[in-house]
Amino acid sequence: MSEPLTLFDKLWAAHEIVRRDDGEALLWVDRHYVHEGSFNAFSQLKARGARVAEPGLTFGVADHYVPTRGSRRVIDNPEIARMVRTLEENTAAHGITLFGLADPRQGIVHVVGPEQGLTLPGLLIVCGDSHTSTHGALGAYAFGIGASEVAHVLMTHTLWQRKPKRMRITVNGRLAPGIAAKDIVLAIIAGIGADGATGHAIEFAGTTIRALSMEGRLTLCNMSIEAGARSGMVAPDETTFEYVKDRPYSPKGTAFERAVEAWSALATDDGAKFDREVEVNAADITPIVTWGTSPQDALPIDASVPDPAHEPDAARAKYLHEALDYMGLTPGTKLTTIAVDRIFIGSCTNARIEDLRAAAAVLAGRVSKVPGLVSPGSSAVKRQAEEEGLDRIFRDAGLEWGESGCSMCVGINGDLVAPGERCASTTNRNFRGRQGPGARTHLMSPAMVAAAAVTGRLTDVRPLLSGRKT
Amino acid sequence: MDKFIRLTATACPLDVANLNTDQLLPARFLKVPRSAGLATALLHDLRFDADGRERPDFPLNRPHWRDAKIVVGARNFGCGSSREAAVYALCDYGIRCVIAPSFGDIFAGNAVQNGLLTALVSDDEAATLIGLLGEKPHPPLIVDLEQQTIQCGDQSFHFAIDPVRRTRLLNGWDNIALTESCLDKIAAFKMADRARRPWATPAEPE
Repeated sequence: MSEPLTLFDKLWAAHEIVRRDDGEALLWVDRHYVHEGSFNAFSQLKARGARVAEPGLTFGVADHYVPTRGSRRVIDNPEIARMVRTLEENTAAHGITLFGLADPRQGIVHVVGPEQGLTLPGLLIVCGDSHTSTHGALGAYAFGIGASEVAHVLMTHTLWQRKPKRMRITVNGRLAPGIAAKDIVLAIIAGIGADGATGHAIEFAGTTIRALSMEGRLTLCNMSIEAGARSGMVAPDETTFEYVKDRPYSPKGTAFERAVEAWSALATDDGAKFDREVEVNAADITPIVTWGTSPQDALPIDASVPDPAHEPDAARAKYLHEALDYMGLTPGTKLTTIAVDRIFIGSCTNARIEDLRAAAAVLAGRVSKVPGLVSPGSSAVKRQAEEEGLDRIFRDAGLEWGESGCSMCVGINGDLVAPGERCASTTNRNFRGRQGPGARTHLMSPAMVAAAAVTGRLTDVRPLLSGRKT
Repeated sequence: MDKFIRLTATACPLDVANLNTDQLLPARFLKVPRSAGLATALLHDLRFDADGRERPDFPLNRPHWRDAKIVVGARNFGCGSSREAAVYALCDYGIRCVIAPSFGDIFAGNAVQNGLLTALVSDDEAATLIGLLGEKPHPPLIVDLEQQTIQCGDQSFHFAIDPVRRTRLLNGWDNIALTESCLDKIAAFKMADRARRPWATPAEPE
């Protein structure tokens, strides 16, 4: 009998080209996604006079800087236009397929990869973006890298890495109605902290995870990085295979059947050892919102924001005080009394079709009390949502139905939350200034953002779902 | 890449937990090419107010800390976005070493690529160091990568760092040359892997 292995052990072993005595290994990369922000790496390539080693395994997506409101034919801001153009030039110069601004496949890279069948179980996937952890939802080893590593992958299609530790987060039980993957992951991060999984690769397991749709798993793995883990993953199963089947770049016919056979072996063996185990009971999870400036500052919606005066630890009290000050909140305020100025539904975390359906289920026949933007995760998601009539629900509620891109999650395309404004957002980071200088972000699920739109304040979505099909 | 062996320099305390890369380099500066320099962009929205005036209370704006080459931070320094430009901004400002109880994994990886030392100490040691840096006259720190020690006045602290990263910093190596020595192995792996995992190659879209 060979030693029982974890899913992550198997993924790692399948990609190891060389292992040095000092413990670092050279890993083969199956997919490399590049975006406008990869320009620094292409500059490094140019400086060395190097070529892209595997243009057929490298795919470009325009997402970070693309306009998501109004016409996309002309980009008014010349600096932003240059970022989009530079990606076009770099991918063209190296023979890399680009899902550019006008391409019907365009969208957020972490939505497009799975959607196009480029992201598959068993692959090693990298991208110069920390939310690359998303792709682990399909049973891939996927992680974000910096510009120097992007340059290294472009030149060699390999990467030197030290094997991270293994962590399993097991979630068992049935989720209550109105509870989404976002609530699960915020509950986990609140529990283990924003650096709780640093140095680890997370495997999400348990009956709750098995019951999640692919969209839910993508949300979960997306936010692994907010717990400090560079990668998160879910062992592939029937849900995965069904999702992957018949996508443009996925294997077809007998090749698909043989692939499913290989992918079915990508599960953690009984008795395999993890360096750390965390268990969560699904029945304990309620709708969660963040109140502070780190995703770990998350609480159930019926709670109140903390009071530094009740915090015995001086460093923690200082942290709470500064976070509350930035967020413009009085200690002890009930979360459900906090009024919001706008809402945003979008990002690689929560802008897939299921997310838009969940928000639309709350908003149907209702009006948003605050302005807001809905930015679908990809152009394909946008088309599907329009076929289902979801765009009408958002528009009728008074919200803006936009285009696909990173948009107001990071604001570098110019879609910003104004200084001092409070935004209920389906995104991944409530960092100071993340949605714009001085912007105040509250993270939550799409349904919870929709609920905040309906009432104009942070709200428990569950009563609003009563009698509705969700 | 410059070697890092030993550094004696002013150290600035930045006692902020989860100081993410959005703080180190706000996203709007990501468009700036590397060659233009990012020293001013470093911690921009914490160092400067909305009108671009220095916030006098921010540690790096204090006269005795503004020429710091070392930063002593709190837990989860450099978490968040993978933007390597956060490291460029630190380097362009003149920072060569960050000492903290934990670092974002991607940040720490980016740091070594640019010759920036990330030195791990315990929570208590970081708090002690931050306390010492506040005493007058403000003491310089001596960071010795060979010995893995930090000297502050008559107190000495040990720090941890991944041994591979230590070797790379001590020698100023980058990875590309090493990888290029493995090209035969990469080619052999690729060929065997195509047979082993035929499904890993993207299908031609119909």
